[in-house]
Amino acid sequence: MKTEKQPTLSVALAIGVATALMAGCATDRSAYNPSPEVIKHAMAAFKRDFDAKGAAGLDRLNTDKLQDVCNATNSKPSPDMAAVVEREQEAAIKLPADGKFLGDWKAGEKLAQSGRGMTWKDKAGIPNGGNCYNCHQISPAELSYGTIGPSLLHFGKTRGNSPEIQKYAYSKIYNSKAFSACSAMPRFGHAGALTETQIKDLVALLLDPTSPVNK
Amino acid sequence: MKYRIAVLAALTAAWTGPVLAQAKDPTIAGIEKYREMLGDDNPAELYEARGEQLWKKKAGPKNASLEQCDLGLGPGVVKGAYVQTPRYYADADRVMDMETRINWCRMNLQGVSEADIRKRPFGSADKPSEIEDLLTYVVTASKGMKMNVPTDHPKEREAFQLGQAVFHMRAGPYDFSCATCHGEDNLRIRLQELPNLTKAEDAKRAYVGWPAYRVSTSRVHTMQWRINDCFRQQRLPEPRYMSEAVNAVITYMAQTGNGAEYKGPALKR
Ligand code: HEC
Ligand code: HEC
Repeated sequence: MKTEKQPTLSVALAIGVATALMAGCATDRSAYNPSPEVIKHAMAAFKRDFDAKGAAGLDRLNTDKLQDVCNATNSKPSPDMAAVVEREQEAAIKLPADGKFLGDWKAGEKLAQSGRGMTWKDKAGIPNGGNCYNCHQISPAELSYGTIGPSLLHFGKTRGNSPEIQKYAYSKIYNSKAFSACSAMPRFGHAGALTETQIKDLVALLLDPTSPVNK
Repeated sequence: MKYRIAVLAALTAAWTGPVLAQAKDPTIAGIEKYREMLGDDNPAELYEARGEQLWKKKAGPKNASLEQCDLGLGPGVVKGAYVQTPRYYADADRVMDMETRINWCRMNLQGVSEADIRKRPFGSADKPSEIEDLLTYVVTASKGMKMNVPTDHPKEREAFQLGQAVFHMRAGPYDFSCATCHGEDNLRIRLQELPNLTKAEDAKRAYVGWPAYRVSTSRVHTMQWRINDCFRQQRLPEPRYMSEAVNAVITYMAQTGNGAEYKGPALKR
């Protein structure tokens, strides 16, 4: 960002909406360039056509600012807009009070395996899983892994185990969007899906030299 | 028939175990073997046979059969109707998928109450839901025909546009949209391959297999069920059965994947 004044989120949003409006004239039906009217229509359908069930209340249909930016741009915000929201997300990250980032990698592996949590079938009060293997390769022994995210095999071996990398891994899991505004990865800490202890265990899985990830 | 059911029972028992950590999904391999054994047959035939009986049977407060139901090609025409849905129905003034349309006929011709229809849209292995039987009967009559979903009516265009927007709308605690899992080529969740439903090629392949007989649950599931379960995975509240939002998403996928040969209820994991 080279300008003196940084654009506020609403300015950034207005730019995005204008771009989206211009792009909305495209005739290719497979391309998706949402106009504000189309988004409004879809939001109204969400609010009208869903019912609360189990832990999944209707409040989940209320999008936050970050989701609004991603929805207005089909998850491709301009670099300026992305920078604005990434800083906002970063500012909301709560780092561990004790300054330690590494937990127990064995507990981390269990968490990474577990896909439970936050659906209307999941009972409230039971800790959520991390869902990590749904999207990432992590330990070499687990061959049933998804490909929505990049492989994290040998993550610590290639990135090292410095305090900076530890802080990055913790922050990335806490709020992926602080680094990539419209990432497909959930904001596990920000959304209250994972606790501080759980995130530390996952950081250990990725970075601890004794973790199978780094063998 | 009896032999087939026995084979089915034996095989499903073998497949309901947890997915093992293997490069090739054992469930998929098992389904392929099963397909070979059955040839062109499919346990969905049981649903089809029950559905045909239900279609012709007088029922409901009006004691009428569904034989005069207009699925889009005129009253009573079942053959070929499925491949032309979702479509705009003037009498209801809305775009409906076939599941919604059959239910509309149950309400309007037979007098079944909407509350009754909403009570149990999705069955269980031991207790199927009537709509799953009826739908299987109707779709099977379009097997081998080309998907030819109409796209000209303004409401059909509007439904596509709404469906596309709902498909891309990120919300909920995980910030997911349908596109998070189905918006790029060659993605997987664990070993389950995810079609890129924004593209004709994948949408074609995925769409023509529904409704589907799922080996993991030993029953036929409808597209309304598929969307319901994917919204669950999206961590959102429950989409209302037959609602505009669900029908719009189905319309978006159907129009995106238009033109493929309809395969009839497929066997899925
Ligand atoms: C729905 C998919 C999804 C899930 C679930 C998911 N991730 Fe990710 N992850 C991604 C994507 C996509 C990226 C790459 C884009 C980005 O950087 O945000 C990524 C990036 C990362 C990175 C950064 C990699 C790098 O090279 O810097 C780390 C670390 C990570 N994920 C860890 C995790 C952990 C740990 C979990 C489980 C708690 C997890 N992810 C769950 C999709 C996912
Ligand atoms: C978090 C991941 C996720 C999200 C979000 C998601 N899906 Fe899915 N979807 C899946 C998985 C996994 C499967 C395969 C399930 C199986 O094989 O049993 C699937 C299967 C499907 C299929 C059947 C594909 C086929 O080839 O038979 C359709 C259609 C579909 N999803 C549509 C949607 C729609 C529409 C949405 C949004 C409302 C959505 N999905 C959201 C994970 C997801």
